[in-house]
Amino acid sequence: MSRRIVVPFGPQHPVLPEPIHLDLVLEDEHVIEAIPSIGYVHRGLEKLVEKRDFKDFVYIAERICGICSFIHSVGYCQGIENIMDIEVPKRAQYLRTIWSEYSRLHSHLLWLGLFADSMGFENLFMNSWRIREKILDAMEETTGGRVIQGSCKVGGVRRDISDSKLKDMVKDLDILSSDIEDLCHVFFDDDTVIHRTKGVGVISKEAAYSLGAVGPTARGSGVSTDIRKTGYVAYADLDFSPVVETGGDCYARCAVRARELLQSVDIIKQAVDAVPSGDIDVKVKGNPDGEYFSRVEQPRGECLHYIKANGKKNILRERVRTPTTANIPALVKMLGGCEMADVPVIVLSIDPCIGCAER
Amino acid sequence: MTIEEQKYTDIMKEDLLKNVKDKCESGYRLVQIGCGKFGDIFEINYSFEKEYSFENLRIKTTEGEKVPSISDIYWGSFIYENEIHDLFGVEVTGINLDFKGNLIRTTVKAPFNVKNVTKVKPEKKETAEKKTEDN
Amino acid sequence: MSYLTKSPWIIHYDASSCNGCDIEVLACLTPLYDVERFGIINTGNPKHADIFVVTGSVNEQNKEVIKNIYNQMPKPNVVVGVGICACSGGVFRECYNVSGGVGELIPVDVYVPGCAARPEQIIDGIVKALGILDKKYKDSKKGGDFK
Repeated sequence: MSRRIVVPFGPQHPVLPEPIHLDLVLEDEHVIEAIPSIGYVHRGLEKLVEKRDFKDFVYIAERICGICSFIHSVGYCQGIENIMDIEVPKRAQYLRTIWSEYSRLHSHLLWLGLFADSMGFENLFMNSWRIREKILDAMEETTGGRVIQGSCKVGGVRRDISDSKLKDMVKDLDILSSDIEDLCHVFFDDDTVIHRTKGVGVISKEAAYSLGAVGPTARGSGVSTDIRKTGYVAYADLDFSPVVETGGDCYARCAVRARELLQSVDIIKQAVDAVPSGDIDVKVKGNPDGEYFSRVEQPRGECLHYIKANGKKNILRERVRTPTTANIPALVKMLGGCEMADVPVIVLSIDPCIGCAER
Repeated sequence: MTIEEQKYTDIMKEDLLKNVKDKCESGYRLVQIGCGKFGDIFEINYSFEKEYSFENLRIKTTEGEKVPSISDIYWGSFIYENEIHDLFGVEVTGINLDFKGNLIRTTVKAPFNVKNVTKVKPEKKETAEKKTEDN
Repeated sequence: MSYLTKSPWIIHYDASSCNGCDIEVLACLTPLYDVERFGIINTGNPKHADIFVVTGSVNEQNKEVIKNIYNQMPKPNVVVGVGICACSGGVFRECYNVSGGVGELIPVDVYVPGCAARPEQIIDGIVKALGILDKKYKDSKKGGDFK
């Protein structure tokens, strides 16, 4: 005779670096329903636009999340630049692309590590993070910050990277890509990984699309969507196509991210080859007046910054829709019917970033 | 320098469900629902995307008016609708997963509906400091 | 380091942080910085922990959680606030849902400033905390009180 019980999961849980709370309704070992509740890290930073002027808000936007920090600032700046009709110099656009891809590398390696940890694969966790430190070194050398860079501003970027440094970065990436390939092999072929992830937390293509899933969560189910294809910053000049897997399970989502690592390395190489010389910023005069939906592709998926301004120093409204928020409905569906022991793996497979989701 | 064309369609609140249903049937994905308060008017944007074409439906509402939920059409909309309720105090009726104000629990109720929200208790702190000085 | 002879374990809680400091705390535990060589392990169980590492600022929601974790930890223990948000609220101090640094809620022994705090700083802070923990431990042997 089965009996229904409710098990609370989180907010402080060993597998989660961040607090999210789920009420899991269990029948024996099976999850019947999962009810998320968030709000542990809600800060209300969207309201800060009333107190900071639009140029200073870049720093707040960057601190929405410490993992996708750089891409948040790109999203925000791009919105303001569109409203004010600012033509950002090509070189700045390329530098933004390069840093964005470095962010993606660092975020995906971080996630692969945490994912390995969630299935008890300690060695793989440490190995992913060992490789990630090399990426952070490059970030630190070029921007001065490891996780919060502060190098994007309205009208361009704050720092230039010299051409010789760019060449060195590519050389380092060449060495690194063989490490990354080795790491990917483990995620693709290792029995432990396959056993824990194949067929776990399946979501179909139709469901993923209609639930509004984004990023690797959607691409793992065969939905080919990648906001980089809209050609913001310098992506329009670069050659790449969205990484798509069709399994729809945790293995597929993991494979998407692992393959995106190599894709990012490739994009950086292309960008370094094509980076033009010139200025890195333009002077910004006046205040924004208008509204714009700025979309960027973060490591976790599509992120949207909506900005509305009325010609004053402080903008009226900044709304951020982060990828994790969009993926929560899909997560709830994935958890229905799974086993209790698989919950940590499934929760991590959407790459939850609660700092982003709650702002 | 426009990357994406910005399409807005202003619609009446009564026509919302019909319009959203049309979008759903022609294969659009729900990107987000976002609210903003400008003056006394709440502006709610429903954003959709299909093959990188990005479109918005916009409704306007005022304090005390109710907005119908679109969660019968897009199941995942509950997360945005609860958020709008918690942050703006706009009542959304008929959400499939209604958290009744408990999705994002904030210190100030409906903070985006209040003007100049400042942090509570700067006074208390002063008195506390005084106390320690006295000691 | 003539500190503790035993291995101090840490428990980490993210109190409305932006993640930046959290991932740096985790980075301390991984190969490049590797605090495990000092016997420091990140545990999920408050009753196993000697050092409470808090990142981010306090809000109404997580107040109870922080207090709970702190009260469950065996005494003597030390609290390390990592990042500027844990010190004072940082850039978010004016947000409506942020009530300030961790110090408003529980006694903090070491503050590590920075946004985000770098792993070197965090390790430095933890080592300082070990000294305080040692002192507290000795005091407790003398029959003193744990605070």
